[in-house]
Amino acid sequence: MTSSDLNWDAIVIGGGHNGLVAAATLARSGRAVLLLEAGNEVGGAARTEEFAPGFRVSTVAHLLNRLHPDVVKTLELERHGLTVEHGDFMPSVALSKDGPLTLHGAYGEVLTGASPSEQSAWKDLRAQLLRYAGVLKPFLSRRPPGLGGMSLAEMTGLGQTALALKRLGKEDMRDFLRVLLMNVYDLLDEQLSDDRLKGLLAFDATLGSHLGPRSPTSLLGLYYRLSGEIGGLAGAQVQPKGGMGAVVAAIRAAADKASVSVRPASPVAKVIVEKGRAVGVVTQGGETLRAKAVISAINPATTILELVGSREVDTGFVRKVKNIRMKGDAAKLHLALDRPPQFTGVDAADHKGRLVAAPSPDHVERAFNPSKYGEFSPEPVMEITLPSLADPSLAPSGACVLSAVVQYAPYALREGWATGKPRFLKAIMAQLETYAPGIGATVRHFELLTPADIEARYRMPGGHWHHGELQADQMLMSRPVSGWSGYDTPLEGLFLAGAGSHPGGGISGAPGFNAARHIIAMRA
Amino acid sequence: MRAGHGRRHQGAGRLKASGGTIRTGAEVDQVLIRNGKAKGVVLAGGEEIYGKLVISNADVKRTFLKLVEEKELPDIFLRRVRNFKIRGSSGKVNIALDSLPEFPALPKDSPAYRADMHFTDSIERMERAYDDRKAGRWSADPFLDMMIPTTLDPTMAPPGKHFMSCFVQYAPPKIDGRDWTDADRDGFAESVIAQVAQYSPGFRDRIVHMEVRTPREIEAEVGLTEGNIFQGELTFDQLLFNRPVPGYAQYRSPVGGLYMCGSSTHPGGGVMGAPGRNAAAEILRDLAKPTLHMSPAHDVI
Repeated sequence: MTSSDLNWDAIVIGGGHNGLVAAATLARSGRAVLLLEAGNEVGGAARTEEFAPGFRVSTVAHLLNRLHPDVVKTLELERHGLTVEHGDFMPSVALSKDGPLTLHGAYGEVLTGASPSEQSAWKDLRAQLLRYAGVLKPFLSRRPPGLGGMSLAEMTGLGQTALALKRLGKEDMRDFLRVLLMNVYDLLDEQLSDDRLKGLLAFDATLGSHLGPRSPTSLLGLYYRLSGEIGGLAGAQVQPKGGMGAVVAAIRAAADKASVSVRPASPVAKVIVEKGRAVGVVTQGGETLRAKAVISAINPATTILELVGSREVDTGFVRKVKNIRMKGDAAKLHLALDRPPQFTGVDAADHKGRLVAAPSPDHVERAFNPSKYGEFSPEPVMEITLPSLADPSLAPSGACVLSAVVQYAPYALREGWATGKPRFLKAIMAQLETYAPGIGATVRHFELLTPADIEARYRMPGGHWHHGELQADQMLMSRPVSGWSGYDTPLEGLFLAGAGSHPGGGISGAPGFNAARHIIAMRA
Repeated sequence: MRAGHGRRHQGAGRLKASGGTIRTGAEVDQVLIRNGKAKGVVLAGGEEIYGKLVISNADVKRTFLKLVEEKELPDIFLRRVRNFKIRGSSGKVNIALDSLPEFPALPKDSPAYRADMHFTDSIERMERAYDDRKAGRWSADPFLDMMIPTTLDPTMAPPGKHFMSCFVQYAPPKIDGRDWTDADRDGFAESVIAQVAQYSPGFRDRIVHMEVRTPREIEAEVGLTEGNIFQGELTFDQLLFNRPVPGYAQYRSPVGGLYMCGSSTHPGGGVMGAPGRNAAAEILRDLAKPTLHMSPAHDVI
């Protein structure tokens, strides 16, 4: 008997971390689950890969700051090798010519390098941001509220949010509602005065999106970041030992334990639709596989426009899917260095942290401006980690790995990335050199992934790690498209479970987990 | 509309007809407050005028940071008023012309001469104009909302002459963080004239006189804080129940008897009179007086 003859309960397309989470969760409910991964390895954008002989790095996502606690608990990821301790929390260091400023613990429980008045202002703002993000946090693990025909559970969920708002107290609730859709730049201006701190927060709010700090609603990005938690603490961040691949390995182990059949190197060519119902897939190898439910954990546009085909769904839906904005602005830089770099003024412990080169909100805004016109930032902003300092297995003895997310690098560079890439690399290295003089001379090998490279290598359209801009009009009940935000699609039996669905990207597992729970609840 | 915004004088006439008094040249310096209640105003010349109610049509910052003493206001209200965003973003250039300018791109006698004209042919151009504003400069290549009102109402200029009104974006309230200078004002005007001249050959030669208003002039002449024509930015955080500040979106203030009725309040700026009308309705409600005499208004939102 070949697998073609089997009738699977569920076929999951895509072995990124959300696909693995969805598959493992479904399999634990007793379903026979087949997971098809196009590449040779599962893990998608959460892999640890060798980029130069002896040098390994988390090639796209390089920090863990939002793996959802329900996912960790349900899939027993700690038993499968994922451990996080408070001591693992990485500080965030704001690099500046005026000397660094450091946020210690979970997103700056302690702030050093700033004046006493700024420390006190930060304490208030941090508490406020975490309070407000906390109001929104329960949405992460729910289906977005529908606009009509809400179930009792959904009503109860919204009721709880109303209650959480009420619990803030009258004045705090008023401020919550006032600032909700503000831009991060104005809010920071109201409460802080240190450009280094404001620059770091402005960077975090806009990281991974086509927004500058002064763009309307940019504060939502910071809320999204702070709605994540690690080790039970909101805003915390860690570098998993072994890189992001270790997180995938733990989820994979959970999937294996639940008897998910994982097939790598099996790209799907087509979703089979019969009488308006998805009934299976055809692989690019020509194999037909049938299932009661097909769960796509890859990009929503790829799923609908390429695997399903526009003739199987209505025009209105196709139009909405085509309109999802997903052109990435973030590039990824990997450097193989002869030795660890020395960032000026940064102590040894903080070198193991997240080093943010975004010296002021105006600097971030200026970096953003050219991206509107298809040009890269002449003075890019970036988030730098040196993962081999904490995990020497990632680099040859004495050498060092540098991993940086760099903005802004528009997917559709006007001049084209063929000529643009070397020029952009030069601009990045010039910035790095100002913060870590001499670093350029120690570069043994480099890899710069532009959004176009990320698209090609990881099958992420636009090279966008959220699989769709995470902005107000593409969030909650509008994610991935309005009317279809609850992991369902117009095709019965076809579900979406990737970062393109609510709540969005980052290594959270939430879209995959929510989708699986929805499928289990509806007994599909 | 003939006579342009002069129609507001009709409103003034109606106020007088209803028994109201208008005094001009009477700048208010302070709102008189006794035991937390507004009792009247003090004029710049020192004259005190008493009234049961004081209704401020000035913007919320001017009203509560200049006309009312700090001690009369709760901290949280003051904080929110200080945080109210009222940054100017536009300017105005009024140009007296010797003759009607020509636009070769338009057919002769095109009705577009009587229309609202723009030269902005791409969103990218507008966006770049805004980049200058964000960097604290006026736009090198601004976008203009331009009209020649004399094509509709020749009485606005001597026979054969014309008047051009240019609404200009962007002009920040400060240049590189410092106040506007006369040289800045002239540079701002030049960016406008240069753009018009690009599309209208010989335009410069037709100019008889020019009046340039940057946010500096708008604040000095009209009293709008930071030269913001809407008395406060119309962003989500300053709309509806947040306008002008949370907790005081219904035209009342923390001071008894002191009301707001300007564009700082809901629904915002533009020549529509809605904030004033809504404020009047709220005041009548507080006075337990009927509002039946008010003609129905359209819902704004």
